[in-house]
Amino acid sequence: MKKIVGVFLILSTTTAFMLPQKKAAVSQPTLKAAIERGKTVYLQRCMACHQMDGGGVPRLNPPLDGASKVKGADKVYLIRTVIKGMTERVEIDGEYYDNNMSANADLTDVQIADVLTYIRNSWSNKASVVSAAEVKAARAKIK
Amino acid sequence: MKKRVLLSLMLIGATISFVAANDSTIATVKKEVADPVNAGLKIPGGFSASVVADNLGRARHIVATQQGGLYVKLERLKEGKGIVYLKDADGDGKMEISKTFANYYGTGIAIKNGYLYASSDQDVYRYKLDDKGEVIDAETPQRIVKGLWDKRQHASKSIALDDAGHIYVNIGAPSNSCQEVDRTKGSKGMYPCPILDSAGGIWQFKVDQTDQGYHNGIRYATGLRNVVGLDWNQQQNKLYVTMHGRDMLYTLYPEMFDTTVSAELPSETFYAINKGDDAGWPYVYYDHFQQKKIQSPEYGGDGKKAGGEKAIDPLVAFPGHMAPNALLFYTGNQFPEKYKQGAFIAFHGSWNRSPLPQEGYYVVFVPFKDGKPNGKWEVFADGFSGTGVVKNPRDAQHRPCGLTQGPDGSLYVSDDVKGTIYKISYSSK
Repeated sequence: MKKIVGVFLILSTTTAFMLPQKKAAVSQPTLKAAIERGKTVYLQRCMACHQMDGGGVPRLNPPLDGASKVKGADKVYLIRTVIKGMTERVEIDGEYYDNNMSANADLTDVQIADVLTYIRNSWSNKASVVSAAEVKAARAKIK
Repeated sequence: MKKRVLLSLMLIGATISFVAANDSTIATVKKEVADPVNAGLKIPGGFSASVVADNLGRARHIVATQQGGLYVKLERLKEGKGIVYLKDADGDGKMEISKTFANYYGTGIAIKNGYLYASSDQDVYRYKLDDKGEVIDAETPQRIVKGLWDKRQHASKSIALDDAGHIYVNIGAPSNSCQEVDRTKGSKGMYPCPILDSAGGIWQFKVDQTDQGYHNGIRYATGLRNVVGLDWNQQQNKLYVTMHGRDMLYTLYPEMFDTTVSAELPSETFYAINKGDDAGWPYVYYDHFQQKKIQSPEYGGDGKKAGGEKAIDPLVAFPGHMAPNALLFYTGNQFPEKYKQGAFIAFHGSWNRSPLPQEGYYVVFVPFKDGKPNGKWEVFADGFSGTGVVKNPRDAQHRPCGLTQGPDGSLYVSDDVKGTIYKISYSSK
């Protein structure tokens, strides 16, 4: 019984700790607005290759839906990919894709943050938001 | 205790009988699904279709032997092998894997004068065939061409052979429209496009020389972005090709093109090629609505301005992005008269029409007379995708990619999603 209480205490502490954290990071309406704006960018810049459903095109353009890197913690990698594009032969979740990816350095920090937030929170994806400040910091390091 | 055991036994029994009943139901359903009418294809009256082989891997181009065997080139190695040789040893109408060989993946495969020719994304090899149409030495082919550009994009090398000892190899341009930064908004087109020195065309090599490189070859035709379908027309003694047109007019130039126009344009083009021809890529693209070559926006075009005065015009212009992956002139006697000397084209199916529905995923027929089309093209075999409308390419269950004609005049179609080989035959009865 003591053990159970202990676990409960840990759980509730974690939950209590996590909840305000999440709220502080981004409120639901703000997230929704970012996703909406991100979708507009997605339709103009990404949709042609990665498709409406984020499924990509077999062997040409990798899927964003369910992709480990897209959902992953390395946001700098994602920001860099949007800004610089991709021309190397890299394995993505066990598959290779032939097409070069556009460079999108002309997008603003907010646009890149929004489109990444949209991609990370669409279809089956559920991952943390990308902020304009994170894009700004990452962009400063990209040559 | 006794009660409990009894109950458990009853439960187990019930479960078993339930599973058994379920299994037989599944088995019946499976059988019906596995063998649909005409392999699920929609074909003209009098024709029939069947699946002769399945699950081969990414089956790209295919070629039939005079003895009825079939060589299949794979785009990805399967159990370490890149070519599958099929034959119907027991005569049941299905083909079995007789042999797998070649440690390279690729697209191109062809047979000419007792040799099998096959390509990786950099090289071309040939194997001597015996009188059964079977490879004599699968382990040590002669490498006749080496070191062609393989820069990921459009890297597959399709091949065709003439009667004068030449092989024609497509070297696709590793680029969409020769921009300084590929596929990137605001990036200018390079002029002259430096890619054209080494790619974006068809190169001619000799069939019997070992390790020829660019310096041994002749740039036979240029201005061809990416040709995946090509065939040597015996009757005309001429090369014919189908080209994949450029992508992303809307994405790169939203101020000039909307998503509807960008889905339809540019045309996918079908050319007759003479030595020295230039089809105009990247400076122009073809527009089948305006019926002319239009200056590419990367080179000062606005969607209306004509260009490419010296570039050749296509014989046929198809709707955009459908991806013509194989071309075959029909020389058999089995199909009705109208098909003789006409062209079959396998369309792999589009991806660049999003957000509109995708198009293609079928085999088209173009009637020909004296080396020129003499009627409208029509869809010959449809239904490969297994779904009504393809919204996203990954939804297609099969995608036509290769074509070959069997010794009896039947048409074979390969699919590179599941590795299915279809046989389409005609019977007047």
